[in-house]
Amino acid sequence: MNPSSLTIAQAHKKLKQKELSCTDLVQACIDRIEQLDDSLNAVVHNNFDSALKEAKKIDAKGTFNSPLTGIPYLTKDNYCEAGVPSTACSNILRNPDYIPPFHSTTTKRLNDAGGISLGKTNTDEFTMGSSTETSCFGPTHNPWDTSRVPGGSSGGSAAGVAADESVFALGTDTCGSIRQPASFCGCTGLRVTYGRTSRYGVMSMASSLDTIGALTKTVEDTAIVLQTIAGYDPLDATTSNIPVPDYQAALTKSIKGMKIGLPKEYFIEGINAEVLKAVEEAKKIYESLGATFVDISLPHTEYALATYYVLCPAEVSSNMGRYDGIRYGSAPLTTGSSLSNFTLQEHYEKVRTEGFGDEVKRRIMIGAYVLSAGYVDKYYRQAQKVRTLIKKDFDDAFQKVDVLLAPTSPNTAFKIGAHANDPIAMYLEDVFTGAQALAGIPALSIPCGFSTDNLPIGLQIMGPQWEEARLLQVGHAYQQATDWHTRKPKL
Amino acid sequence: MASLSPKDIRHIAKLTRLQLREEEVEKFGKELSAILAYVEKLQEVNTKGVEPTAQVTGLNSVFRHDEIIASDSAPDALLNCSPLLIVDRQIQTPSAHSST
Repeated sequence: MNPSSLTIAQAHKKLKQKELSCTDLVQACIDRIEQLDDSLNAVVHNNFDSALKEAKKIDAKGTFNSPLTGIPYLTKDNYCEAGVPSTACSNILRNPDYIPPFHSTTTKRLNDAGGISLGKTNTDEFTMGSSTETSCFGPTHNPWDTSRVPGGSSGGSAAGVAADESVFALGTDTCGSIRQPASFCGCTGLRVTYGRTSRYGVMSMASSLDTIGALTKTVEDTAIVLQTIAGYDPLDATTSNIPVPDYQAALTKSIKGMKIGLPKEYFIEGINAEVLKAVEEAKKIYESLGATFVDISLPHTEYALATYYVLCPAEVSSNMGRYDGIRYGSAPLTTGSSLSNFTLQEHYEKVRTEGFGDEVKRRIMIGAYVLSAGYVDKYYRQAQKVRTLIKKDFDDAFQKVDVLLAPTSPNTAFKIGAHANDPIAMYLEDVFTGAQALAGIPALSIPCGFSTDNLPIGLQIMGPQWEEARLLQVGHAYQQATDWHTRKPKL
Repeated sequence: MASLSPKDIRHIAKLTRLQLREEEVEKFGKELSAILAYVEKLQEVNTKGVEPTAQVTGLNSVFRHDEIIASDSAPDALLNCSPLLIVDRQIQTPSAHSST
């Protein structure tokens, strides 16, 4: 049995009982990456030498006090890790690769607990995408069918976990970028309440929507990671002071009597019949565990994506302003080496034009437009108001039910290149994962079945703000009663 | 219905510090117009009396004292990340004045 196929909980047990050394576990993951990654393209920067050094130190110390001590993980390339190339899979941070001199709070918290960073994973450029196809390093391939996308933007992390290239991986979710790849790759992914985890040191895309989280093999593992990374951070003023509960203690509470809402707007025409069938079967499991179902309506659901595609590009246009070839990234080639060849304006234009890909440019431009004088009220302000109504739909629903259940995605993984000439078709892939981001509520995606062509299907469980423990409890109950999450792709 | 003309696209490109080739002006013009057409549906929503949401978890004006609380990277380490010439611990940038 390959140690890299263990979960965090399983690996921790073996490490503590000295059945497995940290060095062997890390080496197993490195071997797996070297064996598989040519066909997957999930890992874009490797940190192997440093990882093995850390592993030796941990083995020498021999104490495995935290469940994360000695556990190897991969990190999405939009996180800054001291000494590790961090490029957001964009040419604007390459040549030379940007190497941060500091850690994101999240990687620092993991490393302080003894977690071992293996390297960085592929993402859509600056996380703008739903398929991991806009990366400057090329697309990542879904381990379940390498002609298909792993989802996005945390596709590299999801593929890496599904293929056992690491025990878990970090991602970010702005409009579904953890949940949708989790759904497409058959792993578990939690979008937290906005501000539950720290965004310090993670390159911003849309500052009112970005969240930090992990892709894992089980809900139990998500609880373990969340326990370490959640919590107030003085370096991120958008984090919350609300105390972090004991997530692992919450896992085994019974869900008998829980009221689960079924929002009718998530069960519409056009959803893949096999996805609907898998979610129906999941309902039966929950019924057998003692939960009851309530029909719910979230009437503004159909406006969620349009709202997102006004607010997100607006925030993107602001956040991408920092990429100007001054403090980091590359500078345009100049004939001779005299700076006087370019004015500042020309320098900015050349760096940004050469460094950014098309999707990033699209979002910067549409964002600038919807914020511009004469249009800001019609587009941006209106979108902010619709956001209020979308949030209210959820607040009202949670007066009647404890959680909401729906598919994560209307379909299974699509073919690489399927949406190449249709940006809007790509945006519509996130039709079920945008509203939660706008409302700032947490949502969990767990595997709930497979299509007849053996592609994973994801179940989405949504809860009120700050109720991650409740989501984990509901997700864990399902994983105790089913084994979809234990299936592995043939590689 | 909103549609972006080549003039609009060139103006936006200039504002966002991007240079577009002619064929890109046309391509982005079509794509951005399609996005605007899609988000036009927001105009259907009655938002009379609805407050805009900018912050979803109720935070408001989060302040702290102006004192150093973290020194996780030295100024020189940050300067080293720049692709430009460092002179006297300052980044030497191209001139903000147009070349004449």
